[in-house]
Amino acid sequence: MDTYSFLRELADSWALLILTLIFLGVIAWAFRPGSRALHDDAAAVPFRDDPAPRGPQDGATK
Amino acid sequence: MIDTVRLILFALIAFFAALGADWARDPAYMVHALLIMMLAAGLFVWQLRRFPVEDAPAARSVSAQACGARDYMDGPVRYGVIATAFWGVVGFLVGTFIALQLAFPVLNIDWAQPYANFGRLRPLHTSAVIFAFGGNALIATSFYIVQRTCAARLWGGNTAWFVFWGYQLFIVLAATGYLLGATQSKEYAEPEWYIDIWLTIVWLAYLAVFFGTILNRRERHIYVANWFFLAFIITVAMLHVVNNLAIPVSIWGSKSVQVFAGVQDAMTQWWYGHNAVGFFLTAGFLGMMYYFVPKQAGRPVYSYKLSIIHFWALIFLYIWAGPHHLHYTALPDWAATLGMVFSIILWMPSWGGMINGLMTLEGAWDKIRTDPIIRMFVASLAFYGMSTFEGPMISIRAVNSLSHYTDWTIGHVHSGALGWNGLITFGALYFLTPRLWGRAQMHSMAAINLHFWLATVGIVLYAASMWVTGIMEGLMWREVDANGFLVNSFADTVDAKFVMYVIRALGGVLYLAGGAVMVWNMWMTIRGPQSRPVTVALPAE
Repeated sequence: MDTYSFLRELADSWALLILTLIFLGVIAWAFRPGSRALHDDAAAVPFRDDPAPRGPQDGATK
Repeated sequence: MIDTVRLILFALIAFFAALGADWARDPAYMVHALLIMMLAAGLFVWQLRRFPVEDAPAARSVSAQACGARDYMDGPVRYGVIATAFWGVVGFLVGTFIALQLAFPVLNIDWAQPYANFGRLRPLHTSAVIFAFGGNALIATSFYIVQRTCAARLWGGNTAWFVFWGYQLFIVLAATGYLLGATQSKEYAEPEWYIDIWLTIVWLAYLAVFFGTILNRRERHIYVANWFFLAFIITVAMLHVVNNLAIPVSIWGSKSVQVFAGVQDAMTQWWYGHNAVGFFLTAGFLGMMYYFVPKQAGRPVYSYKLSIIHFWALIFLYIWAGPHHLHYTALPDWAATLGMVFSIILWMPSWGGMINGLMTLEGAWDKIRTDPIIRMFVASLAFYGMSTFEGPMISIRAVNSLSHYTDWTIGHVHSGALGWNGLITFGALYFLTPRLWGRAQMHSMAAINLHFWLATVGIVLYAASMWVTGIMEGLMWREVDANGFLVNSFADTVDAKFVMYVIRALGGVLYLAGGAVMVWNMWMTIRGPQSRPVTVALPAE
């Protein structure tokens, strides 16, 4: 089989399937139970560190 | 050690640039070689003057470390904000001028040929607004946002300065190249091979600074704005390298030959071209949106879950939309259909993102009335919604047969660029200027309001006139008489468009006037008396 036909067939079979599954997996992951607290915390990020926090350099603020 | 290496490097660059200027095969290459030679010579002298003296106390570097290491690095952001405003006004000015050239061809001034004709000024306009205005806005805001959402100083020390100045050099080389006739004739990818290589180096440094800062973050989560910025930086690097694969005819000349040919070249070009829209003008600006809209509204984004889905849906879909630029061409029908279908599906994540941005104002809708910066963001999102509805619609093959090659496309691009990209950038500049220079607020709120209305009325005049002339022109081109002969010649359509072209230029004048008002306001804010209380912590630099 020539390269074009091989790539074409790969693209509209396995590659399509894998990309679709990854995409559905990402959505399922976003909606997983228990993600709300993490998302609320992440949404608050822009309001937390401006101006720069004065804590120790290596210690995580969160 | 590093100082010596740099000194030698600058000397070598100046030497080879001098050789290049002497052996140059075309004027653009010669001018660029002279420019680089002078820059390298200047940098050589600068490096020599700050060369460390043996046994002298290295006072400066110690104090810089003591003051600045813990704070955010805002120097390149300040320069970026000014560069954005400057290139914005330059780009709008050139755009307004070429709009007038189309209405009044006499403005292709005789004595200034071939430099000032429409064909050379048009890429100057598109590159100035997309890459100089938009690109500087993206680099500046991404540097500002990534630090404040990662609680980390920019990675790489002075690399951020290299990114800023390297990018300005890219802009100057590209712009002067167009005027002197150096172009590889790929829309939005006109710069020739050596400018492309330079941009690749600068861009990889940009990626390193941005990614390094994310790796150094002190927040557990990577905020969604940074996802969009990172996707924009990585994808643009990939698009830029693949679409600019070319072999120079000579290393002493600007001319190069594309590696791809025919329909493969066309497909690569529009894969690049549409994703320049998708990742440069959309993903990157969405990164701005996800930071500035919540900050200015004072409340977190409406739905963080929706922002995650928005991100992945946009990333998964946009990359396939390019073939809709090649309906009814040598491109196989299946490929064009694929591009069309993905463009239509793309409508959903686009509107998801728009709704997420607008709904962030839930409970604070009164701010649209009281806060002109919020009003700019809201209008920007409204134009984003309009142009991401219009885009899928004109990607449909049947609609495209009417709209393609007409002014409708130009109107569509400008409702996105002036409305979405322009207004959100103006809002971001009004947000950043007082904070970066330690002022309580912009010098004049009334001037922001005036700018908003000048820009909005300008866009409405622009888009409306282009819809009318685009559809009229499309209908005139396809009109046939009873015997199947075409009714109109091309010149008939040009003649019929005159009034609309004048209205479009008027829209451009208003938009440019708004930009001038903004520059005045920024100048007064930055240079104004410092008597107002300084409420913002100024990072020591």
